Amino acid sequence: MNNISDDINKDLKNQPKFTEDIGSKNQEHHTFEQGELSILKKIQHFLHGNPTIVPVIILILSVIAFGFIAGGRFFSAFNLSLIVQQVTIVGILAAAQTLIILTAGIDLSVAAMMVLASVFMGKLSVEMGMPTLPAIAIGFISGIATGAFNGLLVTRLRLPPFIVTLGTWNIFFALVIFFTGSQSIRSSDIEVNAPLLHFWGERINLGGFVFTYGAFLMIAIFIFLWFLLNKTAWGRHVYAIGDDKEAAELSGIRTDRMLVSIYAVAGLVVAIGAWVSIGRVGSVSPTSFYEGNLDSITAVVIGGTSLFGGRGTIIGSLFGALIVGVFSSGLSIAGLDVLWQRFALGCLIIIAVGIDQWIRKVSN
Amino acid sequence: MDKKGFKLMEPVLVAKNLSKKYGTVVALESADLELYSGEVLGVIGDNGAGKSTLIKVLCGAVIPDSGEILLDGKKVTFTSPIEARTLGIETVYQNLALSPALSITDNMFLGREIRQKGFIGKFLRFLDQKAMAEEARKRLSDLGLLTIQNINQLVETLSGGQRQGVAVARATSFGTKVVIMDEPTAALGVKESRRVLELIGEVRARGIPIILISHNMPHVFEVADRIHIHRLGTRLCVIDPKKYEMSDAVAFMTGAKAAPTSN
Repeated sequence: MNNISDDINKDLKNQPKFTEDIGSKNQEHHTFEQGELSILKKIQHFLHGNPTIVPVIILILSVIAFGFIAGGRFFSAFNLSLIVQQVTIVGILAAAQTLIILTAGIDLSVAAMMVLASVFMGKLSVEMGMPTLPAIAIGFISGIATGAFNGLLVTRLRLPPFIVTLGTWNIFFALVIFFTGSQSIRSSDIEVNAPLLHFWGERINLGGFVFTYGAFLMIAIFIFLWFLLNKTAWGRHVYAIGDDKEAAELSGIRTDRMLVSIYAVAGLVVAIGAWVSIGRVGSVSPTSFYEGNLDSITAVVIGGTSLFGGRGTIIGSLFGALIVGVFSSGLSIAGLDVLWQRFALGCLIIIAVGIDQWIRKVSN
Repeated sequence: MDKKGFKLMEPVLVAKNLSKKYGTVVALESADLELYSGEVLGVIGDNGAGKSTLIKVLCGAVIPDSGEILLDGKKVTFTSPIEARTLGIETVYQNLALSPALSITDNMFLGREIRQKGFIGKFLRFLDQKAMAEEARKRLSDLGLLTIQNINQLVETLSGGQRQGVAVARATSFGTKVVIMDEPTAALGVKESRRVLELIGEVRARGIPIILISHNMPHVFEVADRIHIHRLGTRLCVIDPKKYEMSDAVAFMTGAKAAPTSN
C-alpha cells in the first residue's frame, strides 16, 4: 500500500510547481496580443464585425455593372422602382425567413403559408360575403397558426426544421388546393367585393419613381423587425438560440417557448405578405409563388445571414432581395435568356455561402 | 481556516442521502455534502466516482431518486438548472454556456435583461442597453477584469480566460448564494488558469461560497479550504489540504489508502 502512495507522491512532486512557473500574482495576464494582421485578415475581421457590408457592396457593384451592360434603360426611374415593386413579396418572405434562419432553422413552407393565408382572405371576403377586415384578420390568424404549428413540431417532436417544413409545405399546399378546388379568385371579383384586399397594390408616383404602398410596407416590416431583433430581449434571444441553443437554455431562456413564438411571428409576417401579394398579383391563385420558398432563402443567404444560425442582420436580407431583383432585371434588359438569370443567381448563392464560411473562420 | 469556526456556522448548502441510479448502475449512493459560508470546497474523485452526477444534482440538471437538498437550512427542490438558479445556485459550466456571437453585456444579462423605464420599456419592451453595459462593466471591474476594453465586444473575440471571467461575473451577479464551478481550468493555458484561480479568490472574498470540481490536484490544493473526496458514489471523507499531501488525496481517492476516520 505504501509503495503505491510513494509512487504517486513522486509523480506529483515531479510535476512542475504551479506558482514557480507563473511569476507574481500581479502580472498582467489579459493583454490583447493583436499583432500585425495581413490586409486579407483585416478585411476578414472587418466583415465579421459588419456582416451587412458584403450584400451592400454586391448590390452597389451589380447596379454599376448592369448600368454598363444594360445601359440607360436599367437606370431609368421606372425600371429602378419596378425592381423594388418586384421584390416586395420575396422581400417580406425573406424577412420572415431571416427570423427562422437566425435560429439555425430553415422554413421551406413560407410561400405555401402565404398562399394559404391569401386564400382565406379572398375566399371569405369575396365568395362567402364576410366583411373584408375580419377576413384579413382570419388570414393573419392562419399565418400565426401555421407558423406556430411548424414551431410546435420542431420543438415538441424534436424534428429538424428542414423536415418539418418540407412536410408542412406539402400539407399547406394541399390545403390551398382543397379550399380553392384549384380555382383562382379573379381580380375583377376582388375589385367588386373586397377592394381593400388590393390596397397595397395601389401606386404612388414620386417624380418618375412609381412605388406601390406594399413596397413601403415591406420597408416598414424590415425596420420594425430590426428594432425587435436589436432592441428587445426577445430579439437577443433569437440570436442566442441560433448561436448555441444549449447555452441559451442554461442561461435561463425557455428555448422551446421562444422557438414557437419566433415561428409564430414569422407566420404573422408571412400573412401580412399574403395581403400585399393580393394587391401585387391582383388575383388569388392557388399555384402562385411556388418558388417563393426558395427565393426567400436565396435572399436571406445572399444577404449575409448564416445558415448555421446566430449570425446575420435583417437589413442584409432586404439587400439580398434587392440583389436578386437587380440581377433579374439587369439580365433581362440586357436581353439574356431566363436560364442565365437562374445561372447567375446560382453562382451568387454559392459565392455568398462561401464568403460566409470564410468570415466565420475568424472565430475559430 | 479554522475548521471549528465552520462547525459553529450553519452550512449554506447541505445535501443529504442523495441517491441516483441509471438502470442498474449506481451513480450516487446516499451521498452527503456540506458547503459553508465563505469557503471554497474542492470536490475530487476518480473517474466514475459519481462526482459529476453529484454536481448535476446540485445544479438541477439531474433529479435524484432520493435524498434532499437544504439551502440556508430550508429544503429546496428543483427540476431544472433555471429553477436552481432562481434559488441562488449558479453554475459555471465547463463549456461556459455563453453565446459567442453576442456581446459581453448581452451574455451577462441573457435571460435577465433590464428593460427601459416607462412606456418604451413597458409596452415597446425596449432594453436599457446603457444601464446593462454600465452594470456589466462594474461587475467585471469588481472581479479585477478591467483589462477587457470594450464591454460590447463579442464574446468570440475574447480569450479562454476572459470568457471564463465573463461566465464567473455573470454567475456572481444576481443575488447568488452558491457558485458551482465545473472544471474551470481544464481548457485553459497556464497563465489563464492562474487568473481563474485568482478569480475564485475574488469571489470567495465577496463571501460567496464555491464548489470547485477539478481534476487538477495542484489547483484544488491551492485554492480549496476543504476537499471533499468522492468515491464509489458517496462521500469518502473531507480533508484539510494543509494537513494532507496531494499524494494522500490521490491514495484516498483510488482506495490505495484507508480514509481518515474523522476530519
